[in-house]
Amino acid sequence: MQNLFAFIWRNSFYFLYLILIIVSLMLMSQNNYYQRTILINTTNGFTGGLLSLTSNFSDYLKLKSANKALAEQNARLLSQAKYLYLNTGTENVPPPDSGVITGYYATGQNFMENSTPTDTSKFIRQFEFIAAKVISNSVNRRNNYLKLNKGSLQGVRPNMAVIAPNGLVGQVVEVSSNFSSVMSVLNRNSRVSAKHKSSNQVGSLLWDGTSYRLGKLVDIPSHVQIFPGDSIVSSGYSHVYPEGVLIGTVEEAKLESGASFYQVTVRFSADFNKLSYVYVVNNLMRSELMRLQESQSQTQ
Amino acid sequence: MVLQNAIRFVVVLLLQGLVFNHVSVGAYIYPAIYVYFILLLPYETKGWVLLLSSFLLGLGVDFFSNSLGLHAAAAVSMAFFRPLVIRLLTSGKDYEILQSPGIKTSGFSWFMFYSVILILIHHTLLFFLESFTFADFSQTLLRILFSSLATLFLVLTGQFLFYKPEKH
Repeated sequence: MQNLFAFIWRNSFYFLYLILIIVSLMLMSQNNYYQRTILINTTNGFTGGLLSLTSNFSDYLKLKSANKALAEQNARLLSQAKYLYLNTGTENVPPPDSGVITGYYATGQNFMENSTPTDTSKFIRQFEFIAAKVISNSVNRRNNYLKLNKGSLQGVRPNMAVIAPNGLVGQVVEVSSNFSSVMSVLNRNSRVSAKHKSSNQVGSLLWDGTSYRLGKLVDIPSHVQIFPGDSIVSSGYSHVYPEGVLIGTVEEAKLESGASFYQVTVRFSADFNKLSYVYVVNNLMRSELMRLQESQSQTQ
Repeated sequence: MVLQNAIRFVVVLLLQGLVFNHVSVGAYIYPAIYVYFILLLPYETKGWVLLLSSFLLGLGVDFFSNSLGLHAAAAVSMAFFRPLVIRLLTSGKDYEILQSPGIKTSGFSWFMFYSVILILIHHTLLFFLESFTFADFSQTLLRILFSSLATLFLVLTGQFLFYKPEKH
């Protein structure tokens, strides 16, 4: 026993290294949810505070593009509101937060389709939006994350969707009381269920780590007609993102001879390098949908 | 000496977390300025101090960049190889015990080699652990190369900024 201790003491440098590297690898693995949450909760307040302090300065540099994005979103929303008035008359417009808001990014089309919102009791609110400021962001890593200045006290929970005024951004992964971490689409672990808007064909949107402006859409079958400039929107199948949030436009659609699926390059509509204000989307029916899915998989 | 290193620890951590994490000059360029602290620790730093301070520094960077354990693993490995690299580069020559590696004390080419080797070790581990696959091998390799160059540039800039020529 004494020899063992002597051996460890003599090689303490190696043993300490071994311990520390094992600790870091354990922290890296996503399985240690409990330990990770405690560490993140205790430190996020501190780093978040510092980051929001410095983002107050860098905000000035992004003001112009943030204003532009918000103005464009305002214009879109106004045109949608106009459709509502045309179709329903002013008296019967439901309160702004009572409709089943699907495809609110589309140019009024969805509101044309369900154009009889006369009885507001028929409407159940499905999505809730929490505005948040981006206090930390990166685009040059293989796995990119954002930090937002809203946390569990403001109603942010893991798995909520995050969208910018001009497109989809990512998904909340970790939450502390006043801050939250978001896995951006620019991440190896991100996989967004997306659809080609004009054909309604659903595929998966991935990021290959090269350019932060371009993503890859896979699993679109070869019989579909895809042209550069076509819109790619979220499908809503994953119960995270609302349906119809703009992701980007088709940059290039390649079909190798004999292949049954396209290789689609998508140009993101959100500029990830200039994000400043985003919305966290709470799907109020997510737990219900998940329960249904669970009971379905149990009966199988 | 201890105080100076403690201050450097805090300064590089804040520089990394608040400034260089948000600098995007190119798709593959991640300037990891925080390794400057590990490079400049005195030669005779005790093994456990070297490992533990590097681990904590890496963990601190992790808290800022939401990559729990990633920078800690890379930093502690870099610290682990540091004594070996110093021994390889200084065979025969001896150095003053209380000194730290630097252009002033060790000469430009020595310090350059020393930094290049350790930064490459750090970045290789960092980016392979981050991508966690050999599938995007060429992409990871480019990341290592470009980020190492950017980091080396910053380290040398740091050396020249605080370079005080000795009075004769």
